[in-house]
Amino acid sequence: MKTSTVVMFTAICAACSAAYGREGSDSWDLVERGRYLAVLGDCTACHTATDGKPFAGGVVIDTPFGKLVGANITPDTETGLGRWNFENFQDVMSRGHGIGGKRLYGAMPYTAYTKVSRQDNQAMWAYLQTLEPVKNEVETNQLPFPFNQRLSLIGWNWLNFSEGEFKSNSEKSAAWNRGAYLVQGLGHCGTCHSPKGLTGGNKADQFLQGANLQGWVAPNITSDPHRGIGAWSEDDLVQYLKTGANRFDIASGPMGEAVEHSTQHWREEDLRAVSTYLKDMGQAYPPPPEPVAADSAAMRNGKAIYADRCSGCHTPSGEGIAGLFPKLAGAPLINSDDPSPIVRAVLGGSRAISTQAAPTGPSMPAFAWNLSDQNVADVATYVRNSWTNAAPAVSANDVQNLREDLGPHP
Amino acid sequence: MAKKLPATQVVIVGLGWAGSILAHELADEGLNVIAFERGPWRDTAVDFNIASAPDELRYSRRQELMLRNAQNTCTVRNTPSETALPMRTWGSFHPGNGTGGAGNHWAGITFRFQPQEFRLHSYLTERYGKELSKDLTLQDWGTDWSEMEPHYAAFEKLAGISGKAGNLKGTIVEGGNPFEGPRSIEYPNPPTAQTYAPMLFAEAAKNMGYKPFPVPSALLSQAYTNPLGVKMGPCTFCGFCTNYGCANYSKASPIISVIPALVRKRNFTAKTDCEVLRVVLDSTGKKATGIIFADSSGDEWEQPADLVIVTAFTFENVRLMLLSGVGKPYDPATNTGTTGRNYAYQTANSVRMFFDDKNFNPFIGGGAIGMGIDELNNDNFDHSGLGFVGGGSTRVTPIGAPPIDSRPVPPGTPAWGSKWKAATVKNYLSFMSIGCEASSYSMRTNYLSLDPTYRDPRGRPLLRITFDFPENDRRMSAYVTGKVMDIAKTMGAREFYPSSQTGHWNTKPYQSSHVVGGFIMGADPSTSSVNKHLQVWDVPNLFVVGASAFPQNPGYNPTGTVGALAYKAADAIRNHYLKRPGEMISV
Repeated sequence: MKTSTVVMFTAICAACSAAYGREGSDSWDLVERGRYLAVLGDCTACHTATDGKPFAGGVVIDTPFGKLVGANITPDTETGLGRWNFENFQDVMSRGHGIGGKRLYGAMPYTAYTKVSRQDNQAMWAYLQTLEPVKNEVETNQLPFPFNQRLSLIGWNWLNFSEGEFKSNSEKSAAWNRGAYLVQGLGHCGTCHSPKGLTGGNKADQFLQGANLQGWVAPNITSDPHRGIGAWSEDDLVQYLKTGANRFDIASGPMGEAVEHSTQHWREEDLRAVSTYLKDMGQAYPPPPEPVAADSAAMRNGKAIYADRCSGCHTPSGEGIAGLFPKLAGAPLINSDDPSPIVRAVLGGSRAISTQAAPTGPSMPAFAWNLSDQNVADVATYVRNSWTNAAPAVSANDVQNLREDLGPHP
Repeated sequence: MAKKLPATQVVIVGLGWAGSILAHELADEGLNVIAFERGPWRDTAVDFNIASAPDELRYSRRQELMLRNAQNTCTVRNTPSETALPMRTWGSFHPGNGTGGAGNHWAGITFRFQPQEFRLHSYLTERYGKELSKDLTLQDWGTDWSEMEPHYAAFEKLAGISGKAGNLKGTIVEGGNPFEGPRSIEYPNPPTAQTYAPMLFAEAAKNMGYKPFPVPSALLSQAYTNPLGVKMGPCTFCGFCTNYGCANYSKASPIISVIPALVRKRNFTAKTDCEVLRVVLDSTGKKATGIIFADSSGDEWEQPADLVIVTAFTFENVRLMLLSGVGKPYDPATNTGTTGRNYAYQTANSVRMFFDDKNFNPFIGGGAIGMGIDELNNDNFDHSGLGFVGGGSTRVTPIGAPPIDSRPVPPGTPAWGSKWKAATVKNYLSFMSIGCEASSYSMRTNYLSLDPTYRDPRGRPLLRITFDFPENDRRMSAYVTGKVMDIAKTMGAREFYPSSQTGHWNTKPYQSSHVVGGFIMGADPSTSSVNKHLQVWDVPNLFVVGASAFPQNPGYNPTGTVGALAYKAADAIRNHYLKRPGEMISV
């Protein structure tokens, strides 16, 4: 690796005339800062395939409009970014414009990355230059017509994108500003956690209030005490992001991947900053709905199923076991208006991630094979309306739809 | 001809408790470790899913977690004059298979052996002199309590054992086992709650002057994070415990307590479905150069290594040493040789009790949840004039009463039909039993060797067990069972049925998987196979760890001591062997 890095630098310096390339871009400080920034941005999530070479692309991203594939961003001259210079990279990050003005799709979260400072982009670019060039042709745009027409992105950008670096708020602390910069920028939390409009752009007025994507629900992560994570302390948040588990919950699915690839490697002060910012997102929240009456048929049936199938791990009072079995009482994913998180977990099961700090990686079994739609609906309704939880009842129809979406072996 | 693979620093044979602990400790030391496991990879999340794990047909009747007899079994006989026959189904014991080994399906009872056990021959000779039977071949372990204690503590922390100390640094503590050796620390977790039958027994025992205590349990009483960062949850008393993997992360096992942290280490590799065929020695016979294994396609490979650590089940530890020519095979005629020497078992006794007016809810339980007394165990009572030594751990641990196997009906009930059904209904809820897991003391004609006739599918001789209960143990069995009967009689049952070991060892009914010895520890190379560090005499870079090292078996379950010996060997390797590799440890 070391040898190839040296050889590569020689090649790059000879090939391109970017002024930047001669300004110490190979200094350890800059490259190391860039490496860390790339971790913050979780670039590997889309650009490193399972068992693939680092950053050589090939990760398929399912969107409601079709498939997009993460590009090869190694310095390979034919299939990667070998012919790019820093300004090309800066254009991608800040404007969503690829080389030659080609517009990128929003799956590359430039709507968030536009907040990233030019300085930070320079560091990441320096780091990307040190990667082993990998020859790996990737067809990034696998969308069907008409979505594969990049011209449509002009309109999309006009609707959904506001360009510009993060501006700090002088009334807030340095930690708050760092947190805001990370959440809105490289962390691109809103890419999953903000509701999407019809064209797939974030609804700006509902920042971080939860969204359904790829069949998973990214919960509301505002301080809403009912639907969000208002009950979590800053320490709880830091612990969750650092280890994947805290006294409330344990990460699985796409968030599990985010913790595994990205947040467990963040510096403590950055995780603290994120927590400071998220805990300060004071807004007026809609009141919780009235819980479903405990004596309804659904609640009575759900209670019996819960006692039989769920309470062994999640405990009869829905408290769970810290770091092992998620707490259901007061959980944002349980109280979300959209019931698909709990229905999905009951049907398909779930496996938490394993991290350095919490290596266990416990699992929840699938019940699709032995619970009917009505029974899944009733137990979900019961969990969503017990122990201070309150959320709309779940119908057998809701379960049936998700069961079909998940396929025969969810 | 086996194809040779690139060399590694450490090879581990078998990924049960001992193998997992040693692999973790040595990978932690920075060594490159490759572990071989003849069975499949097992993982709690995938294999012991709560929706499918409590399946009695699959795990208890069809024994999914056990070694397949067609892959490897043993032959059995009672005396050297008989011809041994192969076990084609398991009965008396249940050897495990796959990652976790027997540590997946164990009951979870985690006693420490007592200080006097480690010098048992000396201790009993000092106390009873000529009264001690000449038939017994008891031996000292070559180690002592002060050397063992820290490693017991390490294993208890790893597994999160739930219990109550009875002797803290020499001070007897009310409510614990007063007969245990002085502990440096309390158990990592408090005892679990108890069900009705153990409480009824404890009350009866207490009224007779015994000192009941909660059985030390690897089924946890509360949520716990072990020193490796692994999480465990409290036991739910689900009743599918012994013979099953735990779905609730509550029963400590290698796959719950060690392997999640171990597999994250980049210098660790596990090769499953790979059966180690033998340890390779160089031309001097004093150095192991690696192992030969066969993969699932039957292809043979040589894996060279600087250090070879054999941590399979008792039977396979001894068989691999016999197949590899390590040590001199034991000969009962001359009482010489060491490999196969001092094989011992466990002497299982019980009193079954049928009540009229009790409801024990027997389906609630776990393998190690119960109350015990230790007055009848080992040398905790004076054996002068009794004509035997040894004794048993007496306890009530209702493991659950699953629907197929749990049909407690009194003797004389028809084995099928309406009367059998009626008797099941009448007795299912109101039946309990008191167990007495008693010592098994080694004698000259109980030993392990290679079978001259029967072979495994690869053409290698099977292990032959020659075993019968010594007269000493039969007398002990009758005595302790009588004492247990005395307690049972005060409990108000309608009918009692004692069961002790009066006849020959019968391989058919399940008794215990606590098979020990055959490659024993000691201070004298002429009567032992490994030194007190579990290092093979004269082959310094080979360690053999497990219950195979026990010179005899006290009246306790072995796993706590297997875990402690694994930590002991790891400690010796880390702190002594690696400073002078290739030499016998001299401290």
